[in-house]
Amino acid sequence: MSGALVHTGVFDMPSYVQSSFLGLIRTQLEVSLGATLAGLVIALPIGQLCSRLPRIYPATLGLVTIIYSIPSIALFVLLIDYTGESETTVFIPLTLYTLAILVPGVVDGIRSVPPNVLDAADGMGYGRMRRYLTVELPIALPTLMAAVRVAAVSSLSLMSIGSTIGNYGGLGDLFLLGLKFFDNSLIWVGLISLLVLSVFCDILLRGVQRLLTPWARSLRSVG
Amino acid sequence: MSRKTSIHPQRSNPVSPKILPRFAVPAVAILAASALAGCGSTSSNSGGSPLAQSASAGSVVVGSDNFPESVLLADVYGQALAAKGTKVGYKYNIGSREVTYNLVKSGSITLKPEYNGALLAYLNKSAAQTSTSEVDAAITAALPSNLEILTPSDAQDGDTLTLSKQEASTLGLSQGATIGDFVTKLAGKSITIGGSPEFQTRTQGLVGLENDYGLKASQITYKTLDAGGPLTEKALTSGQVDAGDLFTTDTTISSGGLLTLVDSKDIFGVQNVLPLINKSSLSQTGVTALNAVDAKLDSATLLKLDAEVQVQKQDPLTVANNWLKSEGLS
Amino acid sequence: MNLFTYLRQFFDDPAYRSGYDSIWTRLVEHCEYSAVALLIAIAIALPLAILSGHTGRGDNAISIVAVVGRALPSLGLLVLLAAELGLSLSVTMIPLVLLGIPPILLYTHAGIRAVDPAAVDAARGLGMTPWQLVRQVEIPAALPLILAGLRAAAIQIVATATLAAVVSFGGFGRYIIDGLYQYDYAQVVGGAVLVALLSLVTLCVFWLLDRLLVSPGLRTR
Repeated sequence: MSGALVHTGVFDMPSYVQSSFLGLIRTQLEVSLGATLAGLVIALPIGQLCSRLPRIYPATLGLVTIIYSIPSIALFVLLIDYTGESETTVFIPLTLYTLAILVPGVVDGIRSVPPNVLDAADGMGYGRMRRYLTVELPIALPTLMAAVRVAAVSSLSLMSIGSTIGNYGGLGDLFLLGLKFFDNSLIWVGLISLLVLSVFCDILLRGVQRLLTPWARSLRSVG
Repeated sequence: MSRKTSIHPQRSNPVSPKILPRFAVPAVAILAASALAGCGSTSSNSGGSPLAQSASAGSVVVGSDNFPESVLLADVYGQALAAKGTKVGYKYNIGSREVTYNLVKSGSITLKPEYNGALLAYLNKSAAQTSTSEVDAAITAALPSNLEILTPSDAQDGDTLTLSKQEASTLGLSQGATIGDFVTKLAGKSITIGGSPEFQTRTQGLVGLENDYGLKASQITYKTLDAGGPLTEKALTSGQVDAGDLFTTDTTISSGGLLTLVDSKDIFGVQNVLPLINKSSLSQTGVTALNAVDAKLDSATLLKLDAEVQVQKQDPLTVANNWLKSEGLS
Repeated sequence: MNLFTYLRQFFDDPAYRSGYDSIWTRLVEHCEYSAVALLIAIAIALPLAILSGHTGRGDNAISIVAVVGRALPSLGLLVLLAAELGLSLSVTMIPLVLLGIPPILLYTHAGIRAVDPAAVDAARGLGMTPWQLVRQVEIPAALPLILAGLRAAAIQIVATATLAAVVSFGGFGRYIIDGLYQYDYAQVVGGAVLVALLSLVTLCVFWLLDRLLVSPGLRTR
């Protein structure tokens, strides 16, 4: 009876985790990437507005920076009063945090479109919408995708703090569970899987970025 | 080659001379948001704390507190019910009694494993009953009508005040010393005590130590660790806290050379394991099954099962199932 | 009015006025953890980044550090180190320092790299030694970005220090964690609001530093 392992395989979760390993990954991706997507949907119109009306940009940037500086656990627990101890309580702050990365990303992306290119498009008779979709967005894409990448990776690691208000931390749940149940291997599994998942998403998004912008391959960006 | 390196989110330098207007707008926005935040939150309707969860209907839900033995006992009770055909769902590791009690009350969970002495202290801070039957009677009197405790088992696992090796030798205390001896030998010196967050506010905790044993609040520096778990064990064995709350079944006490003080004033009381149930959600078959479990559960068995989970690192569900099978309860 | 009710309850409670759980004690703890970690992170990252920015090498390495730094879960690190190495304060400081390093590296490196090459040329032409060049031209020119990196690191460290409460340490996170376990939402709100305020104060400190230290000639917009 002695020396039996906690789980027969490294990816077999003990019963009190109440989810399989793949289930945890799925929840992790759903919430984190979902929040990044939601952030993008919000950031696009805001960024567009800020680039049209530069006066409001500093204030908007100030607001999202202030939100970003508040520790995530504080935002999670303050929301408990409104959305209970649930996945929504983790989702909303994660979305808000991505705004600090995505709003500047959208604005910088739009600003990176050279005015003479816009002029040329106008000169060729492109309507507003067509110019936006076929000229502005594609040129803004590298900068925008870089921001999406950063936001996605941040969301993935921030989500684990959701485990402090219940099992809403995805793979992050394994940290506190491993701590409480005398099982360090669970903590290792959680940490390493999360790191691998994040790096994988980063590489994947870099690949998507390159696919969408074949002309930008000669340009380099740091981070 | 003219493309500068881009970093997010600071590529456009947000710190500019026009700082007052730029922070004025977000400041106003945040103030407005906080004003809104003041109104209309969920708890104002239910009247309860936002930390409580809403009730849900359905099959039996077995909940547990946030330490391994509670999970193990939840598995034992739950699997005993499942063996008799009840549909069972689990909510492990929810929180401390302060949270889980309210969940049973609201029906969000059907049952959870409890310790009668600790439950009584929670329900009635000034309770002074000392025997199992007295404690159970007092609990039954104090519980609301929709809650019930079942027949207690002989298994007990209580809190303790355990000294680190260093503290015990510094004070010259050895096996058999009481908490009273400890307070006397301390003579007003300050100490660091470690335990769960709730230990600070419980009569079976700091409050009892202060009221019954005369330990002064000013002497105590409290280090929040966990409920008799790995953090508390580590802190005690490494001497980072002078005293801590470990459970009586904890093997670290002997293996780490720690000294458990005798609780002569019985603030930690009897701690028989028994289920706390929400009456409306559990059938008579279920009640019978649980009572059968308690008839066979004693302290030695609990100690053995705990060791299988915490030392041998077996899955608590497996341990529960194996034991139930060996006792003919499944 | 609800959030403010909880806040009033929290600030009225005498338990947080004095002793080991007082607001002042927790504030001092939180600031101590953060300040020490920030200083160590600066001591490690700043020289490295200045060197790599000045020599123009290490772009890729810094890229990788940036990604890994973003991907590292703070809670995971804190818990893992406590579980494996024990509960001492120095062990808990490690994740705080580690998570503060990437922003400093990234921004400082980028800042130095972005210094106008013409200015660097001119300085060299004036006969400045590399050290003089770094100190008198590159660092001042890169100061806005360097400060931005320090600010980002400080914010990250204050947030991670909040989580140190999970592995038994103090600071404002203690109120949040204890409140969650003791079913005491007023305490939770108190801790959350206090730590949010601390973060805002940190932002202000760095805004002030920027106003004081950055040469007016470098201010754009």
